[in-house]
Amino acid sequence: MADYKMHVLVCGGTGCKASQSELIKKNFQNQLEERGLDQDVQVIHTGCFGFCEQGPIVKIQPDNTFYVGVTPEDSREIVEEHLIKGRKVERLLYTDPTTLGQITESKNMDFYKKQVRVALRNCGFINPENIEEYIGNNGYAALGKCLEELSPEQAIQTIIDSGLRGRGGGGFPTGLKWDITRKVEHEQKYVVCNADEGDPGAFMDRSILEGDPHTVIEAMAICGYCIGANKGLVYIRAEYPLAIQRLKTALRQARQYGLLGQNILGTDFDFDIEIRYGAGAFVCGEETALIHSMEGKRGEPTFKPPFPSQEGYLGKPTNVNNVETFANVPPIITKGAEWFSSIGTEKSKGTKVFALAGKINNVGLIEVPMGTTLREVIYDIGGGIKNGKEFKSVQTGGPSGGCLTKAFLDTPIDYDNLLAAGSMMGSGGMIVMDEDDCMVSIAKFYLEFTLDESCGKCTPCRIGNKRLHEILEKITEGKGTPEDLTKLRMLSHVIKDSSLCGLGQTSPNPVLSTLDNFMHEYEAHINDSTCPAGQCKALLQYIIDDEKCTGCTLCFRNCPVGAISGEKRSPHYIDQTLCIKCGACYEKCKFDAIKIA
Amino acid sequence: MPKIKLAEKTITQIKEVCAKFNHEEGELINVLHQVQGRLGYLPAEVQEVIARELNMSVAKVYGVVTFYSFFTMLPQGEFPISICMGTACYVRGAEQVLSEFKRQLKIEVGETSADGKFSLSSLRCVGACGLAPVVTVGEKVYGRVSPQQVSKIIAEYQEGCPAESKSA
Repeated sequence: MADYKMHVLVCGGTGCKASQSELIKKNFQNQLEERGLDQDVQVIHTGCFGFCEQGPIVKIQPDNTFYVGVTPEDSREIVEEHLIKGRKVERLLYTDPTTLGQITESKNMDFYKKQVRVALRNCGFINPENIEEYIGNNGYAALGKCLEELSPEQAIQTIIDSGLRGRGGGGFPTGLKWDITRKVEHEQKYVVCNADEGDPGAFMDRSILEGDPHTVIEAMAICGYCIGANKGLVYIRAEYPLAIQRLKTALRQARQYGLLGQNILGTDFDFDIEIRYGAGAFVCGEETALIHSMEGKRGEPTFKPPFPSQEGYLGKPTNVNNVETFANVPPIITKGAEWFSSIGTEKSKGTKVFALAGKINNVGLIEVPMGTTLREVIYDIGGGIKNGKEFKSVQTGGPSGGCLTKAFLDTPIDYDNLLAAGSMMGSGGMIVMDEDDCMVSIAKFYLEFTLDESCGKCTPCRIGNKRLHEILEKITEGKGTPEDLTKLRMLSHVIKDSSLCGLGQTSPNPVLSTLDNFMHEYEAHINDSTCPAGQCKALLQYIIDDEKCTGCTLCFRNCPVGAISGEKRSPHYIDQTLCIKCGACYEKCKFDAIKIA
Repeated sequence: MPKIKLAEKTITQIKEVCAKFNHEEGELINVLHQVQGRLGYLPAEVQEVIARELNMSVAKVYGVVTFYSFFTMLPQGEFPISICMGTACYVRGAEQVLSEFKRQLKIEVGETSADGKFSLSSLRCVGACGLAPVVTVGEKVYGRVSPQQVSKIIAEYQEGCPAESKSA
């Protein structure tokens, strides 16, 4: 950041872009040009700042002022007041929800205080479309160190000693995987980056690629050097246009700078990377399925062994790691294994990125040391439950994970603890649910997803999950029987034990964990024909309380199907045969007169 | 489904794409991406041409097209509406939003309205969980959508394309 006196960093993450952050950036530029300041102040589109709830976010450097909820119209005021007169625009500062005081710098916000950023170190700080900013932040130093000082064995040993485990789900030790692929002898090997993030409610990998694409390129080159591969492939979802565009820009720049291509940094190491597009199939997150998809086939998994490290892409030894795993590699090489392993718990080292979402105040992308408790994540960083409601459950691991209750709030998050609790780390989706969420419906929701995404190759997954879904559907419609609960559990275990790949082996987890932790909700649906959370439409009725209804006609006017009738200033009535149970009247009523029964 | 007769120009276009990828079977997914990008969808007749060009069976092409959710064999509406059904959107009420769209447009997910204006699909996580529930119409993203806003969103497009949907 050479000649400019100030920088305006506008968040260019997906969430903020959806809230017009491109226009914000353009307006800033126009405002600066009008005043002849465009040589003094630079406007940059960065990657995700993480605090998506408060977006769009604009940060001013060097004073690090953090503006939230910025609209395109606000750019004039920020330029005139802050950039020219040096006065902060107070109405756009973040207000602390507990003290109600304003906070100007992100490091003083509860949302950021407990975070430690390793994989996300550059997201929101550098311009992802400028390789010099990455290099300026110690970028490509790790690759240089490997090529000049470390032998492949030494570099792999560093990764092994650091204790880094795969961040894509399973948690296999990364160094070990590299070592295995290195030891297979073959003239052609491949490094594959799995950027096929299919987990609903997770956007970690996309944010890293959008905010810091060079870290992935650098790590892939390091991996290539270590295992003896000169070709890398990034398998990315075609639905991520921004990530693809930034990755392409980064690849072009890296080639220009001689950091990809032949004789990298003057050594005899050659390495280049190609992009392969996924086409939307969750199962392609599984290594063998991913490889088949890259070969242009249906993304169906095959039995392991042979592992990809023996026979992978086009039958050649292939090392597959996920985006976040790669993002951890350069800092491990530069700062050393000891630094990395000093963060985290005994068996899970380093940090983990989570996409925190659902019924929580601070939705966003966070990175915390392993061993942080769920309570710290949900209450300190996440700011607690939305609208003051009661916490019910937190779901980790996406469709392969489970729903944890209050009892697990003080569990330190790491691979083994989550597994022991009946969930799993997964790729890092973390969805918080409150008292209004029906856990039977949530289990059904995940199964719907699995059903859609099951590739159909093996019977337990294809048919078993279908049957599980049918039973859950029956229960949410109030037609369940007590025997269904036994069937659910038994069938779940059969599917887990006999499915071919990770998708089927974990798909019943949402069912099992809700059975374990929320049995009373299943029982209420079956025995009492009620849905305690008031979500299952077949089991609820909206009724107007005559005594509370003032006849204001608000519900009548909002009912989309004309099911409500009544005279002005006298109690209204809902025709149950017409009611579609959309809940519009319930939300609109100002007198609490509409009850769910 | 009635058989479509492909125009000569379309067939040439498909052949061009296949030639670009050296008629290699392993490039099938890339070929499909590009062909769908040009034609909007991949009906059976298009798949037949691709199969011939890549020297593989139509069944294999069909197998790949139907495997991936990104590929579609039906033409999309002028304004494709997608409702995010990722978990974050789901717990914030995406299902109610989806059923309201279904009710008002009188189509199911995967269908296109009779006038060819709207098609409806659900997708998994656009990565804007802070704005849940999220609806996209073409490139434009609508955040924090409630069932009550559905008619307003549809109306925006009913009289033709509003200016802002293009700029987004």
